[in-house]
Amino acid sequence: MPLAIFLPLAVPLCVTVGARPVAARLPPQAATWLLTVAAVALAALSTAVLMLLAGAAAIRIPLVATLGHMSLQVVRRDDPASLSVSVGGTALLAVATAAAGRAGWRRVRALVTAARQARCLPGSEQVVVVPDGTADAYAVPGWPGRIVVTAGMLDALNPDERRVLLAHEGAHATGHHYLFTAVTHFAAAANPLLRPVAATVTYTVERWADETAARDCGDRRLAARAVGKAALASADRPAPARRRHVVALGIAGPFLRHGATRLGRALGLGGPGPVPRRVAALLAPPPRIRPLLVAAVAVVVLISSVAALDAAIGLHALVELAQARVFPSRS
Amino acid sequence: MSTGDRPGDSSRRAAGELESAVLAVLHAAGVPLSPGTVRERLGGGLAYTTVVTILSRLHAKGVLDRARMGRAYLYAPVADEPGLAARRMATVLAAEPDRAAVLARFVSGLSASDEQLLRRMLGADVPGQD
Repeated sequence: MPLAIFLPLAVPLCVTVGARPVAARLPPQAATWLLTVAAVALAALSTAVLMLLAGAAAIRIPLVATLGHMSLQVVRRDDPASLSVSVGGTALLAVATAAAGRAGWRRVRALVTAARQARCLPGSEQVVVVPDGTADAYAVPGWPGRIVVTAGMLDALNPDERRVLLAHEGAHATGHHYLFTAVTHFAAAANPLLRPVAATVTYTVERWADETAARDCGDRRLAARAVGKAALASADRPAPARRRHVVALGIAGPFLRHGATRLGRALGLGGPGPVPRRVAALLAPPPRIRPLLVAAVAVVVLISSVAALDAAIGLHALVELAQARVFPSRS
Repeated sequence: MSTGDRPGDSSRRAAGELESAVLAVLHAAGVPLSPGTVRERLGGGLAYTTVVTILSRLHAKGVLDRARMGRAYLYAPVADEPGLAARRMATVLAAEPDRAAVLARFVSGLSASDEQLLRRMLGADVPGQD
């Protein structure tokens, strides 16, 4: 157990390093689901292992041992996890729980606020056009989700490209893509090693919407051009106006996302930003599902599960042994 | 556009504050106003030309409508329900630390190298650099 118990804590690193290559090679819908499920499973397993360590620390407390009818002597003698490891695990558990709780609360509150605002947007149409000269477009999550497009963005695109834009944002709004980013963000708060996975899912939901738009409009090159032209149009606005716009909308997000990209570069996964990668993916044929890649991620999750299960069985055996010493007649 | 005609952040911020003050005056009035009336209601002894400059800048941005009345223009806020709602939403969301993550933007920021790469990939399909 001593080494195996650390596996679920460290194994997420494999998925972290592999997330971007997986995202680049799988169809984005599959990649989004795979990475989200893997992130949740790995975060749950690493939290479970921390809970086991906290449990191992708890039964060393004389009062807990007495209440659990355990022999303190046996616990101290036979616990394979040392006291310092157990106490460290307990501290990590406290930090992870607090971080996940905080991240979850923040995201839920932001989503509820956005949904309430989406309801207040004028008209009953899904799309709201804002008479603003700067090129911008975004989906606001909600029930139903809404799409905000500026006149500047509409001006920058021709009618076919506008259809791509609306199909893309419509895919976000009706597909509830924000749930995937919210869930992986929550998992990454519980185990910070998963942060690059959360950043990758933010990218794969964009790709997912791109692929949906390309399919709806029946023209991948058109979709690529729409994304590229929109990005150039929003980059074209004069710097002061752009900065004011960013401040006005209170959007610090692009900077945070760049932070995630920087982290990716630190991991040796550097390269172009998300927009050129999306355009390149649209100019290439649609990616096909690769069972081997999916299996590789599944194996990583499986290794983590087995290690966590092993640790749980180990702790259970210890408790049984310690109880047997108190009530020898039972065994 | 006449933005950025004065260098320096402080003067730009000052101009932004004046624009908001002028907008507030026009919204409060509820009727179109001449630059002279706006200047009176603003207080603070601003020069007439400053007020005219701000009004015409806001008009150029599409925030104000204007109509000629004799020798001067009368200015009124553009009836812009979606724009106001979007701005209100931005203000409300500004209080949320996770705001950026919940709004799914069509395109995120481009670095200079990303921009060059895009132009290379799309070639003649995108308008060239001006």
